[in-house]
Amino acid sequence: MPSLNAQTKHPVTITLNDGTRTGHASPRMLLSDFLRHELGAHGTKVGCEHGVCGACTIRLDGVAARACLTLAVQADGRRVDTVEGLAPDGRMTTLQDAFNRHHALQCGFCTAGILMSLSDYLERVPKPTETELRDMLSGHLCRCTGYAGIVRAVMDVTGQASGNADAKDASGRKEPGHV
Amino acid sequence: MTALTKAPSELAPAAAAPVSAALIGQPIPRLEDAAILTGQARYTDDLPIKPGTLHAAILRSPHAHAEILGIDVQAARAMKGVAAVVTGEDAKRFAAPFLVGVRAPMEHWCLAVDRVRYPGEPVAVVLADDRYLAEDALDRIEVRYRPLPVVMSIDQALSGDGEPLHPAVGSNIVNTRPFGYGDVNAAFEAAEHRISTTVQYPRNSCTPMECFVVMADYDQADGAYEVLSNFSGPFAIHPVMAKALKVPGSKLRLKLPPNSGGSFGNKQAVFPYIVIMGVCARVAGRPVKWVEDRLEHLMAATSATARRTDLEAAVSGDGRILGLRMEQTDDVGAYLRAPEPASLYRNHGNLTGAYRIPALDVVNRLAVTNKTPTGLNRGFGGGQLYFAIERLMHRIAVTLGLDPLDVIRRNLVPAAEMPYTTASGGILDSGDFLAAVEAATTDGGLDELKARRDKARAEGRLYGIGYAAIVEPSISNMGYITTVLTADERRKAGPKNGAQASATVSVDPTGGVTVTVASAPQGQGHRTVLSQVVAEVFGLRLGDIAVNTEFDTAKDAWSIAAGNYSSRFAGAVAGTAHIAATRLRDKLAKLAASQLNVTPEDIRFAGGRVFAAGNPDNSLSFSRVAAAGHWSPGTLADGTEAALRETAFWTPPPLKAPTEADIINSSACYGFVFDICAVEIDPVTAQVRIDKYVTMHDAGRILNPLMVEGQILGAFAHAVGTALYEEYAYGSDGRFLSGTFADYLVPTACEVPVPVMLHRESPSPFTPLGAKGVGEGNSMSTPVCIANAVADALGMDISTLPLTPARIAALIEKPEVARPASLDAAPPKAPAIAGGRGLQGEGTRTVPASPEQVWAILLDPKELAALLPGCDALDLAGPNAYRAEVVVGIGPVRARYLAEVELTDLDPPRALTLSGRGSSALGFGEGSGHVTLEATADGTRVVYRYDAAVGGKVAAVGGRMLDSATRMLIGQFFDRLIARAGGPAAVETSPSLLTRLLRLLGLRP
Repeated sequence: MPSLNAQTKHPVTITLNDGTRTGHASPRMLLSDFLRHELGAHGTKVGCEHGVCGACTIRLDGVAARACLTLAVQADGRRVDTVEGLAPDGRMTTLQDAFNRHHALQCGFCTAGILMSLSDYLERVPKPTETELRDMLSGHLCRCTGYAGIVRAVMDVTGQASGNADAKDASGRKEPGHV
Repeated sequence: MTALTKAPSELAPAAAAPVSAALIGQPIPRLEDAAILTGQARYTDDLPIKPGTLHAAILRSPHAHAEILGIDVQAARAMKGVAAVVTGEDAKRFAAPFLVGVRAPMEHWCLAVDRVRYPGEPVAVVLADDRYLAEDALDRIEVRYRPLPVVMSIDQALSGDGEPLHPAVGSNIVNTRPFGYGDVNAAFEAAEHRISTTVQYPRNSCTPMECFVVMADYDQADGAYEVLSNFSGPFAIHPVMAKALKVPGSKLRLKLPPNSGGSFGNKQAVFPYIVIMGVCARVAGRPVKWVEDRLEHLMAATSATARRTDLEAAVSGDGRILGLRMEQTDDVGAYLRAPEPASLYRNHGNLTGAYRIPALDVVNRLAVTNKTPTGLNRGFGGGQLYFAIERLMHRIAVTLGLDPLDVIRRNLVPAAEMPYTTASGGILDSGDFLAAVEAATTDGGLDELKARRDKARAEGRLYGIGYAAIVEPSISNMGYITTVLTADERRKAGPKNGAQASATVSVDPTGGVTVTVASAPQGQGHRTVLSQVVAEVFGLRLGDIAVNTEFDTAKDAWSIAAGNYSSRFAGAVAGTAHIAATRLRDKLAKLAASQLNVTPEDIRFAGGRVFAAGNPDNSLSFSRVAAAGHWSPGTLADGTEAALRETAFWTPPPLKAPTEADIINSSACYGFVFDICAVEIDPVTAQVRIDKYVTMHDAGRILNPLMVEGQILGAFAHAVGTALYEEYAYGSDGRFLSGTFADYLVPTACEVPVPVMLHRESPSPFTPLGAKGVGEGNSMSTPVCIANAVADALGMDISTLPLTPARIAALIEKPEVARPASLDAAPPKAPAIAGGRGLQGEGTRTVPASPEQVWAILLDPKELAALLPGCDALDLAGPNAYRAEVVVGIGPVRARYLAEVELTDLDPPRALTLSGRGSSALGFGEGSGHVTLEATADGTRVVYRYDAAVGGKVAAVGGRMLDSATRMLIGQFFDRLIARAGGPAAVETSPSLLTRLLRLLGLRP
């Protein structure tokens, strides 16, 4: 492990969504700040900076991680995936598309983190039960949606619900999560 | 003319009459989403900054109440990268105190002057090259405080005890206003029953995921401020900010970003920081940027008002309310900050809820406490109001042995009386409340829930059902706040009323349509709904409409009611856009009529074509008609106006100023919400589980069902937090205790069920499209509905929120077994610290040396310095009194305290008291330990008891860890003492997991 000087900025090179990017960071700089303000990758959001809200979740070498609890220098030489890389050719993934159809986002500030967690999680657990899914989502705070649309979207893309968001009236709807 | 021929909306002429699908009312997925889902959407902190921008960090008061004796910023200013340090002195030079909504001598400066009145109050700002350096420098600002007694509850303020926060007012009840509507005394004389209740609503807030952001610049030459911020309105605050910056409104240009990370009203409270950053930019002569962090937001941004409500109802034998006496006292925090006292008056026209209650007496009071000033928060005053009213309805039923649902039914305003004017002046505009209730009980499956309850109770389980029926006000009357003034005061100030909404629709030279509105959306889908409304007017496709939701006070059409609050979008803003689009369409129709040789009345717009109703082939493309005003104004017939751009202002007709008799219609329209909640309570964990929730809404005409249900789901989730988890907690000494999302508990996907949502549509006669607001109803109805269900489950009264397991346990558990008497025979307590909650503890250690040797070590400053964790040296300040710099880390934070250490009660070599107090940028701490030394065979038995208090940032974020951290520090002290006295080396070999983690992160040496 290289020895770093607290007073100087160090070059940090990461593979960001398939491209190589280099910036400079003092050892205490958070990865979230490095991505957003040094590299200009603003898709990753910062909601609490103490690891609870999950808005800043990125994938570090494929594993979902909190960018606000990771130092930029820790990411040096590693692969970082962010929301900007989910739809590289401009076409949204089926999950992103389902988020739109099921109204799974409003202000959207928590959305990037949730998408990154899900992109890791669904690779490992392709067909979660609703209980498992809600347990995983409990690592993210959303203040707009009540999580209902998020759960519906994931159950839809994992082939566990009708995907029909066009139902106009929820009164007759038996969607996941109804109590 | 390629611009015309290649216009985006041009379609091939159709043989039959072109048609456009109806768009208003359709569940159209959001047009906003693609940018957000791919990380392209730009929020305020994502927008570019000007070259040379300085980054601000704010030093905040660790005390709830203290006099500021002095601020020394020299060391901070000298630090590398620091450009300026701004304090209350600068505020006094360049700013003025904020306007206050009542007549009382209270001064609220953007930066504290002379006194701090709530924990987290801004005291100074460091401006530096980056945020990290700015935060470093906060540590070097030295503020000397003299703590003052605190006022921490409404009841304490009402009691008249305690230090007045604002000495010139002389009381912590800063305003009292009585109101009388109808003959309440006669109602009470006639009534068979008098039923009363008292409830307390807590402090909480909706905590949007994005915190406040302000970028400010000052133009010296023009004497003008330019600010970009995620402010949400109401723009009635714009004059407040301009006056505080001592400029006319035209010299405060405020811009809003294209995307906002949620508000729920809370972003209104960024306004004091807009003023602070304006002052900072002026002092520094450079642009400044400030991004609020989560601790700052939770501790000091804003809060819903806490409220105590006392109700007494005159009730007939069958449960009808004949008259109501109501006393409401709002805890507005340390300052009455604009637009408060709006929380208390927003519902003045609907104080009697959805019920026909002919007589009403009200006393409204405003209490100041040493807490964060309050402000807009989803439900805004409604959660507080209905917590009292609907608890009362439940209580009436329980008292009279009636079904709570029957009590609700008997009191609802009948459909035949719509529009119904309430005792205090609200005009309930439309709806059949009783039919909505019946539909909800049937479609929501109430019978099945009752069967579940019967079965559960038969099995001895705690199961209950609650109800709530409310009216949901939307589109606030700008005059309602003046109800706090007397009629005489209002006459002097001039009438205030109405709620101007504005929208601009324009066509560009390619025939494209652009809509701009002063609505500051925070995620509600305004772009989508406006596209629906305007596309339908013009017979275009959704994609043909560009909606720009950025906002610029220097260029856009706006008025004081502009912004995103009081559920005004669907009713007011979308309706105003419809008016503007229709006006523009009518002008276009005139232009087309002259070209198609028909009358304007015969012109139709559909499928991207403009055509004659009787002969669809006689048509033009929309883009050609729309662009004509740009390309060929010279060919317009004489007297014909080009149709390029229409700006509409609209104010709801029923919104008048308060009358001499204080009659006020506080909102333009009122939706109806009826909820049914079934809960089960775990008798062991005391946790509340929502078994089923049914919510019926009548929000007038629905513009987009997806958005409506999104709003209901969101408000419901907030309300679950309000009912069960969320509270801004303070220690009795004023310390703020909820500084992280691990302390302020927001419901997650595991805690929020999906309610059954039911709808009826009774269009409002007062809004252009018949729509009413829908985004706040559940914030008002759900907390009390859950509380009523819990009350039903427990067979007990519920008078406050949140219903945490601890609170429920206190109701259902037997008292804890008394502490064994032997434990109470411990050594005498160390002297208690005034105001200290008391981190208390005691312990015994054996030191391998004689009492005399131990005594000598403790009395030697060099030795003592080596024992104190984080202390390098003690400087003598008096007999056995020292000054020191001590670095202490607790939880995730580490602070350098300037400390005073003192040894007193010296009884050599048997006993002494070691006490210390210190302060840092992270707060203050003080404590004392009483130590006795006793000779034993192994050396000296040291018995100690301590009492400590910690405030400020450390307490706010590390509250859960304070006890263990204190024990750890004391452990270190004795480990070193034992090592010093010749025992085994200090136990530094096994640091805690936390310590190791912090070291790894470089946060600990």
